[in-house]
Amino acid sequence: MSNNTEHKCECAEAYLDIERIIEQNRGNRGALVQVLHYVQERLGYVPKDIQVKIAETLGVSLTEVYGVITFYSLFREKPRGKYIISSCQGTACYVRGAPDVLERLEKELGITAGDTTDDGLFTIEVVRCLGACGLAPVMTVNEDTHGRVTQDKVPAILDLYRKKEEAETVHVAGS
Amino acid sequence: MALVTLTIDGKQVTVEEGTRIIEAAKEAGIEIPSLCYLKDINEIGSCRVCVVEVEKSKGLQAACVTDVAPGMVVHTNTPVVRAARRLSVEMILSDHPYECVTCPRNLNCELQSLAERLGIREVRFESDDEIKPIDMSTPAIVRDPNKCILCRRCVAVCEKIQTVNAIGPYGRGLSTEIGPAWGESMSESPCVQCGQCTLVCPVGALYERDYTEEVWQAIYDPDKFVIVQTAPATRVAVGEPFGLAPGSISTGKMVAALRQLGFDKVFDTNFAADVTIMEEGSELLERLATGGELPLITSCSPGWINFMEEFYPDLSQNVSSCKSPQQMFGALAKTYYAEKIGIDPANMVVVSIMPCTAKKFECQRPEMTASGYQDVDYVLTVRELADMIKEAGIDFDSLPEEEYDDPLGISTGAAAIFGATGGVMEAAVRTAYEIYTGKTLEKIDFEEVRGLDGVKEASVELDGTTLKIAVAHGLGNARDVLDRVKSGEAEYHFIEIMSCPGGCIGGGGQPIPTNDEIRQKRIEAIYEIDKNMPLRKSHENPAVKELYDTFLGKPLSDKSHQLLHTSYTWRSPFGSMIYKDDQGIWALDRVAQSQVAGESDS
Repeated sequence: MSNNTEHKCECAEAYLDIERIIEQNRGNRGALVQVLHYVQERLGYVPKDIQVKIAETLGVSLTEVYGVITFYSLFREKPRGKYIISSCQGTACYVRGAPDVLERLEKELGITAGDTTDDGLFTIEVVRCLGACGLAPVMTVNEDTHGRVTQDKVPAILDLYRKKEEAETVHVAGS
Repeated sequence: MALVTLTIDGKQVTVEEGTRIIEAAKEAGIEIPSLCYLKDINEIGSCRVCVVEVEKSKGLQAACVTDVAPGMVVHTNTPVVRAARRLSVEMILSDHPYECVTCPRNLNCELQSLAERLGIREVRFESDDEIKPIDMSTPAIVRDPNKCILCRRCVAVCEKIQTVNAIGPYGRGLSTEIGPAWGESMSESPCVQCGQCTLVCPVGALYERDYTEEVWQAIYDPDKFVIVQTAPATRVAVGEPFGLAPGSISTGKMVAALRQLGFDKVFDTNFAADVTIMEEGSELLERLATGGELPLITSCSPGWINFMEEFYPDLSQNVSSCKSPQQMFGALAKTYYAEKIGIDPANMVVVSIMPCTAKKFECQRPEMTASGYQDVDYVLTVRELADMIKEAGIDFDSLPEEEYDDPLGISTGAAAIFGATGGVMEAAVRTAYEIYTGKTLEKIDFEEVRGLDGVKEASVELDGTTLKIAVAHGLGNARDVLDRVKSGEAEYHFIEIMSCPGGCIGGGGQPIPTNDEIRQKRIEAIYEIDKNMPLRKSHENPAVKELYDTFLGKPLSDKSHQLLHTSYTWRSPFGSMIYKDDQGIWALDRVAQSQVAGESDS
């Protein structure tokens, strides 16, 4: 997939920056959260090899690095998808059928909430309220908001992004 | 230090400034309950069982983290305190499986005793917790996350005392778990298998891997010749599970019990400890004479060896190539002894009774097969031995005192003190001095290296040569000494390192509880045994002399090297899981650093 190649290039540069930041904090145990923030921002997650590098360079244990990453929901152990689906399960959405929508999403993508599809395209997340209760049940995909979703509408919404992805792939391949 | 007077339950108590309420209450004769507190090691107020009311303070205070103050008025038994304590224990119980009767900590569980003490008769809450797999990935330590109450004592010991950091908390809230990073198994973590976590776990979440069934089957098998060896530190602790006071010397009773259990011969690791001194003392003198790698570091403690292979592989040439006494015993039993009595070593089963969990790992190391068989077949902790004696219905305290069998049961006082921190050093000095100088050592008690100080230093005069020595117990103290050696700040000729605080008497396989007070009692008993031995220097052991005369030749001979010496392996300081990671170059770099450090000096 051309998208993946593109990602790797970005990663190589990001990795260099990350290694520089980690090195700047050699022996500085107190910088753990800041360094993790930086990695999270650059890569969207904190890969295992980076966790080891942080542990060794900052002088903290790997168990502590892993403990902090798993304690704060901001930090992620796995890469997130290109399209983040946030399924609202707040009160208004919930009573208007949000659980059915979530169940359909999980079924269509073959993953459970919190996980990412193998092709790296979609991540499903559960959120408590998106502040758009008038559109309940609501879900967002990256910046797009989809209101009054029913479970039957789910395949069409997903297809929208799959088509978008195909178009981008063709474009990149042709350029 | 300034003194502070406060009132606890109407009693005036005067204690040092900085004392925690929980400790001050003991002075007033009040035992405040707690599940997570470990003095100086784990003071985090996480279990909320030790809550008390402090006048003029808002809410309840955790007595394990609250310092005393002048004029403070504390109430430990009020309706509010009582209700809060019971609630905390009920909540913990609601998330804890009711498997007490089949739990390895049945009748020796702090949660069980606390529920009994507080008279909990019902738990009002239910948990729908899923059943998590039990981690049996190592030969020494079992981790059952279902039983864990998240007190973090194990984490504190692993981090602060041992500086290994094999396990830690991860996740948050109800899904918090204690374990190796990335949710990996213990065998893929940097765990050195010292078992200190099993001593402090209040429940049955961390315990030793049980090999008693294998040992029973070997004993029952008429075709097997089953011999047993007992480590130096076992005899001063084995009485405790039977109600004897810590520090009771139970050597003769233990021998009698082992014989009654059905072992064909009851031998002593102390014999092999004397052999270790012959080999290691000679190794030290040879290195001094030939300008070999110094300091020489002892190699008896398998937890320390695992630690060295992970964190100090660059010092592997400094570590004595001598196997531990347990492994020397196994190798000699299946060669020298088997030959002597005309038994096929294939039919011989060697069982060790050890104060140690890491010995279970050590006996399964692939290099520990010098006899052509696995030299030591099974290792039982003192706790497992006590279980077998209880199961057999043997009334331990009323047993007669019996003697070890010959010849692998003959030993000296020098071997006896291997069980306490500083003992190997003292034993080595007793022999090295006499071999080096050719004179008799008059003052054989070497007080400077005894006792519970974390790091002990001394110097010994050997006919004009000053030998600088250091003794460290607990791996955090070992790290301290080794870092100073590496930086050039400290220079020693000889260092003794024991993995566990107090040495083997405080080993991870000893009876629970094991604390500093009990360690001290066991240490005193160890030196008492030494004092009462007719022979107190390893090179005077007649059975050892015979071994060299008739079998090995001399210390460091080819045969000695083949049977009694070993080499070390490089291990990842982040646990073997690091090899698995194929996502980054860094991880692959570490694998490239993998090396096998060869046997030193040979």
